[in-house]
This record gives sequence, C-alpha cells and structure tokens, in this order.
Amino acid sequence: MESVGSIIMYVIIALSIIVFSVLTVTTRKILRSATFLLFTLFAAALLYFKLDYEFLGAVQIAVYAGGIVVLFVFSILLTSHPGHNSERLVSRRRILGCVAAVATFAVVAWALLMRCGQALASLPQMENPKIHEIGLALMGTGEYQYLLPFEALSVLLLACIIGGVVVARKR
Amino acid sequence: MEITLIYYLIPSLIMFCAGVYGFVTRKNMIAMLISLELMLNAVDINFVLFNRYLYPEQQEGMFFTLFAIAIAAAETALAIAIIINVFRAVKNINAADLTEMKH
Repeated sequence: MESVGSIIMYVIIALSIIVFSVLTVTTRKILRSATFLLFTLFAAALLYFKLDYEFLGAVQIAVYAGGIVVLFVFSILLTSHPGHNSERLVSRRRILGCVAAVATFAVVAWALLMRCGQALASLPQMENPKIHEIGLALMGTGEYQYLLPFEALSVLLLACIIGGVVVARKR
Repeated sequence: MEITLIYYLIPSLIMFCAGVYGFVTRKNMIAMLISLELMLNAVDINFVLFNRYLYPEQQEGMFFTLFAIAIAAAETALAIAIIINVFRAVKNINAADLTEMKH
C-alpha cells in the first residue's frame, strides 16, 4: 500500500513525462521543442529521486539539464531562426512516423503482457546506494565493480574533446 | 492502490515511441537529435526501473545508466559539432537536402 503523497508524486511524474515528450516531437518551433525536452529530462530526474537513486538524479540534472540542453539551445540559436515555424509535414511522412511509433508500441506492449508476472512486481525495500559505495564500485576491479568501463569512458571523452575541436575549428 | 513496475514502464514506453515518431518525421537535424535523446532517456529509465523493482540488492542498472548518460553527453557534443560544421559549409541543416559529402 502506498501513501497518498507517493501516488500524487507518481501521477505528476507520469503525466509530465507523457505530455512533455509528446509535445517535444509535435511542436513546430524548435526552441520550444528543446524546452519541452528539458522538462521531460527533469521529470526523469524526479523519477530517479522517487526511486531512491539520489546520485543518479543529481547526475541526470547536472549532465542533461545543465550540459546537453544548453548545447542544444546554443546550436539552435546558431543554426536556425528560433521564431521560425518548421514547415508543415507532408501527410505521407506523418503517416510513416505514426506507423513506426504504433508498431513499436504494439510490439513492446505485447512483450510486456507476455511477462505479466514480472511487470506486476511491487516495490521492494532498498537502502539508498551511498556515495561511498558508488565510488568504490567505480574504482574497483572485482565482481560488480567498474574500473574498466570507467577508464574506457575517460578515453572516449578525450577522443570526443579532440574530435569536437578538430571538427568545429575554423580553417 | 499499489504502484507496480508496469505503471512506470508505460510512460517510458510512450516516451520511446514519441522519440521514434520524432526521429522519422523531423527534417531539421537538431530536432532529430532531440528525438534521439528522448529515446536514450527512455532506455535509461527502464534500466533503473528493472534494477529497482527486480534486483534491488544489486546496482548494475544504476551504473549502466550512469555510463549511458556519459556516453550520450559525449555523442551529443560530437554530433552538434558536426551539425554546426555542416551548417557552416552549406548553410542548411535539413537532413533531406544534404546530398553531397564534399564541396
């Protein structure tokens, strides 16, 4: 049994995820699209907080809301007129998009219904993962520890920095 | 009322489908990238949900999501660098109009 506050919280999160993600792809002004993306990402961060992953929620806000959306906004301002509506969709293209989305929805919903027992699992008790444990898991080499992906990721980020500089510099 | 796993899976599924729809219908490359970001985020949410509901004593899902967020950030930065470079070359970022590789 969940408390009333928890249910209200859930309704807010679920509604804002659904509404804002649909608005992100249907609005015709691209800057608004980026703003709705920001709201969707905030709703996802809220969901992480509600499921007791505080560190993950903080990372989501810092990296996505603070980094990626700002990048999007800057690049939109650099490449297009923000007040300009995108041209109206051809109906063929819209039908194609709807078919792809509905097909995805149908396949995944069918898969979910086939796994009804797991899909109806209720929320088990869990202690919040502490920052201390997260740090140890990121720096260890044993089982369930992630030093190798961590280092691989640092090489990837370095490659990304160099690539970004090389691609975007003036010749 | 008890909030079970499926109550969270449905919003994330709708988010993913919105991403698919946007990726197919949008013409502007930045808008396509935004749709891609929606899909990535829906997958992240699923990782966390399955970890929390089915295996709460382990933390694999959380770490997968952490790495996925970092990779998504790197990928987005690089993609935007490429898009700005394309814009500088041809003054246009409609995916349908970019038919030449080199000028």
